Amino acid sequence: MSEAQQTRSEVLAKGALAVGAAYGALAVGPYVRRALSASGGGDVGILNFALTLEYLEAKFYEEAKSRAKASGELKSLVNLLAEDEQQHVEALAATVKQLGGKPVAEPKFDFPYSGTAGFLKLAQTLEDTGVSAYNGAAPMIESKEVLAAAGGIVQVEARHAAAIRLQNGAEPSPAAFDPPLDEKQVLKAVEPFLA
Amino acid sequence: MAESKELVKPLSRRRLLAAGGGSAALAAFLAACGDDGDTTMGTTKMGSGAASETAQFGKGDVGILNYALTLEYLETAFYADVVKSGLFKGADLETIRKFGQEEAEHVEALKAAVKQLGGKPAAEPKAEFPLESAKSVLELAATVENLGAAAYLGQAANIESPEVLASALAIHSVEGRHAAVLNTLLGESITPDGAFAKPADVKTVLKSVEPFLVG
Repeated sequence: MSEAQQTRSEVLAKGALAVGAAYGALAVGPYVRRALSASGGGDVGILNFALTLEYLEAKFYEEAKSRAKASGELKSLVNLLAEDEQQHVEALAATVKQLGGKPVAEPKFDFPYSGTAGFLKLAQTLEDTGVSAYNGAAPMIESKEVLAAAGGIVQVEARHAAAIRLQNGAEPSPAAFDPPLDEKQVLKAVEPFLA
Repeated sequence: MAESKELVKPLSRRRLLAAGGGSAALAAFLAACGDDGDTTMGTTKMGSGAASETAQFGKGDVGILNYALTLEYLETAFYADVVKSGLFKGADLETIRKFGQEEAEHVEALKAAVKQLGGKPAAEPKAEFPLESAKSVLELAATVENLGAAAYLGQAANIESPEVLASALAIHSVEGRHAAVLNTLLGESITPDGAFAKPADVKTVLKSVEPFLVG
């Protein structure tokens, strides 16, 4: 753990009550534990983690162009999402390099679904998980510039999630606060799709 | 706590400056998220001066939270008026009601967070909104939500406390969801800024809401 991360951890523990206040219903303890268990890889580690998720989403939508049997409005949405996720992949990989890191390799994915309904269901899970993953990791980012950029991506993921949920006939904004997930929880959520 | 926070930033900033000397790709990435060249996120405006943007609402994180609280008060009042207007029925009314409830939860959470930090929550502004037709109301709602999301994004990197940041992010993405739904109802793009949402600075946001403030 670097000095800066340690400091952040201390700050996190000391300020536990504040997050309880702002989260309302969410319990303080679990959040702080989750935040502290995030990987100690600094900004490059967080960016590479985000890159892995964006690889997954990009591949998912690229495949869905031919697999999801989408038409009309949904077809346009799939194309838009595929394009956005690909741009996120490229931006994150470039930023990792810029910070002197090595972008992680793209894993092989396997998406178990069939038909439009199966696609929508999985898309909803992936987008909601993406939002919570960024929300969970962002407070650990050290560089303000990287944080601001990650914020610009997570807002787009939230917009995707809402649009997919509308297509799915689900609440587009199920709660007043999008909960954070830590790296372990996110990996567990996406593990079934790693081939 | 203050000392430990001081340690974090100079270190990160030095590290970034060291890495960022000729960083074309990072610059491109950040510019893609910035506001056409006038980068609220760029290194120049990212300094200590940026935090004072919200000084009129209080010092440091309290100022940022009170700024957000002021916007959430306006959103809450707006949705309450829209629900009462009778312009919407059925599923659209339910969506508006739900969004209004979520904004009200944001108000409560932000007030509590300001108090937790030892500050005084901003007073609720008096506001009036033009409620002429369903279409004009939806357009105003979309404007307000897209602006709200951009306002949070514009402040995220100025927040000092990781807890306050985590809370602001949990709200920020919900504003993004609301904006996408309203854009969809209007037949507009869910991502008007493209793959990277753009921030809005305090001046721009306050200027946009000024027409609705009374007294």
